[in-house]
Amino acid sequence: MSVIPLATSSVAPLLQVRDLKMHFPVKEGIFMRTGKFNKAVDGVSFDIMPGETLGLVGESGCGKSTLGRCIARLYQPTAGTVDFGGTDISRLGRKALLPFRRDIQMIFQDPMESLNSRHTVGQILEEPFIVHNIGDKQFRQTRVKELLNVVGLPARSVTRYPFEFSGGQRQRIGIARSIALNPKLIICDEPVSALDVSIQSQILNLLIDLQKEFNLSYLFIAHDLAVVKHISDRIAIMYLGKIVETGDGESIYRTARHPYTQSLISAIPVPDPHHKSQRQVLVGDVPSPINPPSGCAFHTRCPKVMDVCHTATPALTTDRQPVSCHLYPS
Amino acid sequence: MQEPLLTISNLVTEFDTDEGRVRAVDNISFSINPGETLGIVGESGCGKSVTAQSIMRLLPQPMGQIVGGQILFQGRDLVGLSIAEMQKVRGARIGMVFQEPMTALNPVHTIGRQLTEGILLHKPITKDQAIREAIVMLDKVGIPSPDIRMTEYPHQLSGGMRQRVVIAMALACQPSLLIADEPTTALDVTIQAQILELIKELQNQMGMAVMLITHDLGVIAETCSSVVVMYAGKIAEKGSVYDVFDRPTHPYTRGLLESIPRLDTPPKSKLTIIPGMVPGLLDLPKGCRFENRCRYRKDGCTVAPPQIDTVAPGHEVSCYEWRDLKANTVAIDVVVGSGDSTTYKMSAIA
Repeated sequence: MSVIPLATSSVAPLLQVRDLKMHFPVKEGIFMRTGKFNKAVDGVSFDIMPGETLGLVGESGCGKSTLGRCIARLYQPTAGTVDFGGTDISRLGRKALLPFRRDIQMIFQDPMESLNSRHTVGQILEEPFIVHNIGDKQFRQTRVKELLNVVGLPARSVTRYPFEFSGGQRQRIGIARSIALNPKLIICDEPVSALDVSIQSQILNLLIDLQKEFNLSYLFIAHDLAVVKHISDRIAIMYLGKIVETGDGESIYRTARHPYTQSLISAIPVPDPHHKSQRQVLVGDVPSPINPPSGCAFHTRCPKVMDVCHTATPALTTDRQPVSCHLYPS
Repeated sequence: MQEPLLTISNLVTEFDTDEGRVRAVDNISFSINPGETLGIVGESGCGKSVTAQSIMRLLPQPMGQIVGGQILFQGRDLVGLSIAEMQKVRGARIGMVFQEPMTALNPVHTIGRQLTEGILLHKPITKDQAIREAIVMLDKVGIPSPDIRMTEYPHQLSGGMRQRVVIAMALACQPSLLIADEPTTALDVTIQAQILELIKELQNQMGMAVMLITHDLGVIAETCSSVVVMYAGKIAEKGSVYDVFDRPTHPYTRGLLESIPRLDTPPKSKLTIIPGMVPGLLDLPKGCRFENRCRYRKDGCTVAPPQIDTVAPGHEVSCYEWRDLKANTVAIDVVVGSGDSTTYKMSAIA
């Protein structure tokens, strides 16, 4: 297992994930026997510092959302540790997890699905306080008004229902709920991909402001590398359940090392008609995580594939921009 | 001058809703030349898909209706055509690709059956010939072992492969216009690159025109020669991609171009935003539709909607204030373009 080194810092990481695995059993046949496993997350390690944003990028099915859910403990990981502020929360039970649920919150892609449509915005935002038994009714109502103000919604929204709001406003409600209990880490799972371009920038600005104000850490999961690079301090690129490269946003963009990262960057359409793209169009689709290719999982699509890639799995290097590729022997 | 393939003039499309009649497309005009790629860009609800549905005469019935204007395609007005006549145009001369390939394909029929059905409908050939043509088409869109794929069902293919099948269906009869409505929005970025490349390649081979509808300004800049920017049912600005990306004239176009995060903007910098949101079609502003979000608004903007004005030959804008804005375009360009990276490089050195 290789551990991703951090920028030199004396502060302890807020989150340390080590060799995390999430294997979902695949039931087959009439007896629903478990024959194979969907290795959605297969040995992932990284750290997040207080106040830092780690961007997690990958194509659909690469396991980025599953990874987020394992850290929020919506899933019980198969193996590995999730060290949050000194405690391994990967095996904790329901009761023991409760205090950590305050510290780790989530924002989802579609706020319409993650907000209860039968509750008013007031009820939605009050619920975290009720669940964690915080304050009396009056305290809660003041706090709800404060929260609405912080995310830029009018105080009269309290009595309204989610359907009365636009997509961008609903995402603001989702964000207000996530910061209600002063969390330390927010897992943002594609928070802007369902929004229109002009609304995306509003939400990204809000997330950046909130981070500065409350010293929040983000795990920012998205498929749009331009958005991720904008909001992240460091970026991790995922392919088929594994992190294939990490580094600060600037190095990932300017000196991408893994052939997958390079093709991912070259595939992004640039909003400039003078831009001449030197596109590496990848052939084929992402293979199934149930039956991943042997050796390096990317070798079936890699433009720089060598003989060794078919058989040996590359390890992450241990330098400043860790990469798992046979082109860069560790 | 070349005769345009498709000319839309003063098109008005309305919908009956529970809350009343709304005008989803309000008096828009543009044209597409043979072999050209035109992009239509705008946010949800701006009327870009309704425009496509109006051309294909596929508006949701009975709510949607074209109430005014002309859609001249190869010299014929599509608005007045009967259902039977329209069916001869659809598929044969105008092909269409939608966002979600699974909804365009029938899940209970094989790929082969769906492909040959369209070919047999428009061409006087035998079933065997149609099957052979379908296999050639699948091969053209880059599907490996097409003869085996013919016998498979849509669910057996990946999203990218399904979209290739839909493109094969749309192009099977060599149409002169392909309407692609967000063809890559549901796909991953590496697959999006494959599909856009494929459309470009087939366009070069077959010489068709493409009308590409998307919300992604990057996709427009890379694939289109001209672009129409729509906002709340009206055209805000249109011109060549160089006109619109290099000299954006409408405040909305400028706002859009400034608000998207780019790979070369400094991380965690404040993005320029367009405040507020798109107005609902039921309570549109009386004057310019962008008036309530526009940072250059003057009193006159709220009274009556602006007319389309010509900035330069082929570059049109619908804004009262564009002349004043153009005067300070240079200053704005510095902020949008090289300015950011220069600031960034300076801070990197420091």
